[in-house]
Amino acid sequence: MELAQLKNTASQIRRDIVRMVHACQSGHPGGSLGCADLVVALYFHEMTINEEKGDGGYLKFSRAGQNEDLFFLSNGHISPLFYSVLAHRGYFAPAELSTFRKINSRLQGHPATHEHLPGIRIASGSLGQGLSVASGAAKAKKLRGDNCNVYVLMGDGEQQEGQVWEAAQFASHYQLDNLIAIIDWNKQQIDGPTEKVMSNKDLKAKYEAFGWATIDLENGNDMQLTLDALAKAKQLKGQNKPIMILMKSEMGYGVDYMMGTHKWHGTAPNDEQLKTALLQLEETVGDY
Amino acid sequence: MKEYSFTEKKDTRSGFGAGMAALGKTNPEVVALCADLVASLKLDAFIKDSPERFIQCGIAEANMIGVAAGLAISGYIPYATTFANFGSGRVYDQIRQSVAYSNSNVKICVSHAGLTLGEDGATHQILEDLAMMRAMPGMTVINPCDYNQTKAATIAIADFDGPVYLRFGRPVVPVFTDADQKFEIGKAWMVNQGKDVSIFATGHLVWEAIQAGEILAKEGIDAEIINIHTIKPLDEEAILKSVTKTGCAVTAEEHQLNGGLGDAVCQLLGRKLPTPVEMVGVNNSFGESGTPAQLMEKYGLNARSIVSKVHAAIKRKELIENLI
Repeated sequence: MELAQLKNTASQIRRDIVRMVHACQSGHPGGSLGCADLVVALYFHEMTINEEKGDGGYLKFSRAGQNEDLFFLSNGHISPLFYSVLAHRGYFAPAELSTFRKINSRLQGHPATHEHLPGIRIASGSLGQGLSVASGAAKAKKLRGDNCNVYVLMGDGEQQEGQVWEAAQFASHYQLDNLIAIIDWNKQQIDGPTEKVMSNKDLKAKYEAFGWATIDLENGNDMQLTLDALAKAKQLKGQNKPIMILMKSEMGYGVDYMMGTHKWHGTAPNDEQLKTALLQLEETVGDY
Repeated sequence: MKEYSFTEKKDTRSGFGAGMAALGKTNPEVVALCADLVASLKLDAFIKDSPERFIQCGIAEANMIGVAAGLAISGYIPYATTFANFGSGRVYDQIRQSVAYSNSNVKICVSHAGLTLGEDGATHQILEDLAMMRAMPGMTVINPCDYNQTKAATIAIADFDGPVYLRFGRPVVPVFTDADQKFEIGKAWMVNQGKDVSIFATGHLVWEAIQAGEILAKEGIDAEIINIHTIKPLDEEAILKSVTKTGCAVTAEEHQLNGGLGDAVCQLLGRKLPTPVEMVGVNNSFGESGTPAQLMEKYGLNARSIVSKVHAAIKRKELIENLI
């Protein structure tokens, strides 16, 4: 997909996010909006996925994903973004986004395989587990001689979980250069600025000390810069190091009153706030 | 009454190792993971034959469970191995989210369960793992009784699609089951038929139940002994059928009374066939250092305790019969 189309898609997905969270009056808009450009870039530009269509014209989904690039969402609370991207990419009907967080829905509060929603390979939400799972999948690709890549997105607050660093040493030890991790470095978490809650200090130096190659993405809300960082990550393959993209982003990006604060981490907009938000986000592909 | 004897004693973890060695040769999808306890888990033969399918994870069990889930997603059959203490409580949330809730085909295989870990003491003697794993939706829980049964179970779970918690131990114990047995998940094994009392035992306590049966026979008590190697799903039919005949039961396990086999049996009988039940297990306490034999004696996990609980169960049954 070309740059202009990617931007349009991201705009539509931001509208979906705000509408989904508003409709059930719960969920996590801040991080979802902040990571929208990255996840759109992955699914609509960067990743190789099986384009074959099956029942109802939706993309065929295999959990194993052999000879496909895989994406794992470790910070599962930004599920509105994940669901909207999967729907627009063709895994299921965008209309189903209206069931988000409601009873009997496949779109659980946090991503789950339990309801068999196509596109989801693992449950996430309890933080710190995604890098381990992605490392296992990357190791499996190496064992099978499958040259595709494994992507995983984590939060910066999530870096406070010890398991992340267990996985960081594992990926480095096994030279998983088919593993491309991204940290959403928005410097906010539930209780406030990450610097105040529990400082991450120098994440770049930490990962490099663990034996990773790192890439700085100075603005993860700039589509072109995001595409460049992802392209660069692929070029680093062959150096026998897992790759970390440190993505600086703005929580709540695209909706002015949600930006620059942790307050919209897990808060839904009311009717008035929804109207204000939608005025700032262009409808492009079409609302569900 | 069928007589059981043994010619040798072996550790159940070696049965696991033998099962893994066999799987290494027959099933190319099986991979083994371990958290720095290769010798304790008896994985040497598997690693020697299939080095590329062994993944050392270091002392990082949480990550090991996640890596196993990632391998399972990709179609492999990962056996994640460590001590029972580190493969259950320490990683409960990882198992819950990445394995059970996600229905990842991960086999969590753990050794050194219970008091018979011995001298290392209570920090390592997990006695709550069956309770945790039983409570978890989607988890199959297996606790085999000897070397041969552990080997058979290890091989059988590879053909079962879904998460499994397979628990075994450290000490050498009598080998009394058939070497060529077929292991059926969820199917209780009739050790000895009887009519006066049902003894439901699991793991190392099965041999103790057999010993108890011999003592009871001399007293004129005809005990039915059933090996419940699969704690979940519980073979309800076998238990109800037995208790319908005997009218009282004793459970025996190397585990807390809370949440283990005894709890599972009581829950079933309470719902479907209220019956006097006595339980052998650890009663709301931690273990301590000592030899396995000393610990099993001190905490009452042996044939003598089973006999004494059988007396109590039969007494309660008779009391009820007299009232009627």
